[in-house]
Amino acid sequence: MKKGIFFRVILIALTVIVAAIFFLPNTPLFQGMPEWWKKNMPAKGIVLGLDLQGGLHLVFEVEGEKAIDTATDRIASSLNGVFERKKIKATAKREGLFVIVTPAGADVKKAVDDTYQILTLQETKDALRYTVSDKEKQRIKDTATDQVLEIIRNRIDQFGVAEPTIHRQGEHEIVVQLPGIKDPKRAVEVIGKTAQLEFKIVDDLSPVAAELPATVLPGEETQLLEKLKDRIPEGTEILFQRSVNKETGVVTKRPIALKKETLLSGDLLTEARVNIDQRFSEPYVSITFNSIGAKIFEDITGQNVKKRLAIILDGNVYSAPSIQEKIAGGNAQITGSFSMEEAKDLAIVLRAGALPAPVKTIQNVTVGPSLGRDSIEAGKMAGLIGTALVVIFMLFYYRLSGVVADFALLLNIVLLLGAMASLNATLTMPGIAGIILAIGMAVDSNVLMFERMREEIRAGKTPRAAVEGGYKKAFWTIFDSHVTTLITAAVLFQFGTGPIKGFAVTLSLGVAINLFTALIGTKTVFDIIQSKKEVKRLSI
Amino acid sequence: MIELIKNTKIDFMGQKKYAFIISGLFSLLGLFAIVQIGLGHANLGVDFAGGTAVQIKFAGTVVLHEVRLALEAGGLKDFDLQDLPTENKILIRVKKQEEKLGGSSEKITGILSQKFSDKRPVVDSTTEIGPKVGSRLRQDAFWAITVSIIGILAYVAFRFQLRFGIGATIATAHDVLAVLGIFYLLGKEINLILLSALLTVAGYSLTDTVVVFDRIRENIKRLVKEPIESVINISINEVLSRTIITSLTVFLSALALFLFGGEVIHDFALAMLLGVTIGTYSSIFVASPVVVLVGKYERNKK
Repeated sequence: MKKGIFFRVILIALTVIVAAIFFLPNTPLFQGMPEWWKKNMPAKGIVLGLDLQGGLHLVFEVEGEKAIDTATDRIASSLNGVFERKKIKATAKREGLFVIVTPAGADVKKAVDDTYQILTLQETKDALRYTVSDKEKQRIKDTATDQVLEIIRNRIDQFGVAEPTIHRQGEHEIVVQLPGIKDPKRAVEVIGKTAQLEFKIVDDLSPVAAELPATVLPGEETQLLEKLKDRIPEGTEILFQRSVNKETGVVTKRPIALKKETLLSGDLLTEARVNIDQRFSEPYVSITFNSIGAKIFEDITGQNVKKRLAIILDGNVYSAPSIQEKIAGGNAQITGSFSMEEAKDLAIVLRAGALPAPVKTIQNVTVGPSLGRDSIEAGKMAGLIGTALVVIFMLFYYRLSGVVADFALLLNIVLLLGAMASLNATLTMPGIAGIILAIGMAVDSNVLMFERMREEIRAGKTPRAAVEGGYKKAFWTIFDSHVTTLITAAVLFQFGTGPIKGFAVTLSLGVAINLFTALIGTKTVFDIIQSKKEVKRLSI
Repeated sequence: MIELIKNTKIDFMGQKKYAFIISGLFSLLGLFAIVQIGLGHANLGVDFAGGTAVQIKFAGTVVLHEVRLALEAGGLKDFDLQDLPTENKILIRVKKQEEKLGGSSEKITGILSQKFSDKRPVVDSTTEIGPKVGSRLRQDAFWAITVSIIGILAYVAFRFQLRFGIGATIATAHDVLAVLGIFYLLGKEINLILLSALLTVAGYSLTDTVVVFDRIRENIKRLVKEPIESVINISINEVLSRTIITSLTVFLSALALFLFGGEVIHDFALAMLLGVTIGTYSSIFVASPVVVLVGKYERNKK
């Protein structure tokens, strides 16, 4: 036997063994392996995509503009503090994206410039008009996105999902993948809620309070606000409390007049837990403030005895109980006829903290578990039948050489699965299609070589010369035709999303492995056949 | 030796007039489909158009018309229904762009689980795509097509002469246009999956073309005295059986996908079947004649 053949046989055997080891976790055999194997050998294998195992693929857009609004607000109020300390007669307030400082004077301007370097002066007539500089805006948005990512990760951890994928995409987008999730709607709500908790005092004495109807129907809120627009005094705002009639299930919204100022917010929380009310056996969320929050809460309740304190989450009033007495200790309760799940989710979002900017769902793809199972079954079926058709065709058309091609085909499948498993590649439904197409293409190279060999034989060459000639002459054709497929696969990988990336991966791996099996695999078999004795006739 | 095709002497180049008419029609159909897609008159999938798609599986048969009535009574507007009767599945698509995602899919599942509770509806999948994502996916699709065409042209021009690059690119574009046009005619959904099928067709149809070109290149050196038309004719006849057999094996595996691969991949497999067939035709009847035409043009310029 030629020395080269021996090495090639070893090489092929080794690659098959390595491929099998990597693919083992995807087979039931892995469970039967001894402990040391499970610990030290690859244990992950090919990962199923969301379309095959079911799950949720979400893309959120972080509305960074809101974070800029908040920052601008903070700048305005801190400037007022600076003016007060420096005894400068000036005021700052936010209007849209601007901080307006009046009056415009050199000392005022100097005070502002000394305090903030991140402001850009827009115009100076009788007022100073500042905006946050573009660079700073970019930084605020960027930080907001990072924070949102962290908080969402936190919420998902607490929500309890196995192997979530959470990452940033582009500048302001966050991609969340939750495989195998049972209640996608609830997950979307928990992840996407801003969860801005605020405490405000109910202003029943405001002139507009008397004009408010007891309840409105959902959807009529803006209409009411529009009607009352001119009569809502400065410093008052109207928010709504949702209530459900337990017997009829009718949802109503009660308008409540509030003092606009936020006295206390959720960022001072340390704990949020679900408790059950003993009397009505209704769940509620009990929250605990840190020492600063506890002090503020004590002050608020002390100064507003007999008034009502509204607990507001994302602009909706949850409850507005009367303050009976000063409350020390920093404990409060959020009630509001929750179901157990709603209370749990609320506790999660409060613990994980509010998002610094609201998020908008811009893509939501949910796949139920049954569709995924059906797809896998169908994919297996199509794979088996496709392979069988190709194998039989090759046997029929090329006889003994067909056996060689079929050997290369099986080698191809084994190596492809092994390569995917070693990369922990994600298998998607289009990915399965990629594998099946790769099976069809795998024999292409052999067909090219066999046809060449036939030509050589017709030209009167000996079998050995025909094999050599066939390989040599077909090589560049095979190479060129594979590269063109690789080009499109690479493009698909670059521009494709989830499932299509999976397709690009299987197709390009398939094509690359095909080069190996065709040029090394089958050639070795022919060489072995011919190394023993001079073959008189090639069965092709 | 079993041979499907033996020592043929078909005058392929002589048929080029007919081939150009047929291929011209195919290409025009594809271009028309692109214009219609651009104008929004095609059956664009929600991934490109934005909107909501919900697929629901029932335990028994449901009448499409009843589903439509139920959804209309529930106040759902601007929707399309499509059913997979063999599997008791119904696909509902709402193409209205929503600022806030989630409204339509909730409405649909709410209405159907109430009205058809005896048929135990289960949500197979929901897809909600915001307008921004839709337009980005359209953009990505455009770039994917452009970059792969440039890549293919560059590679073939690098490995062969420029006229072969042009021939291969025109043949590939022809195949993609033809499959797209047929999908448009059949009213099939134009979506991301179809796009990836089209790019695969592009890559694969090139394989066929390269096989033919390879032989032409070889024969040009060998048969210097023959006119180019007959060199091409000889070459195509020589590689005819391998062109057809390589396509046949891919056709077989695509056929298995088409028949047994399940609903998700059905249209993808159809596009592959059409693409492989048309790709084989074009590598013979489109790519090579174009090479001759470009060659003539180049000579005339000199």
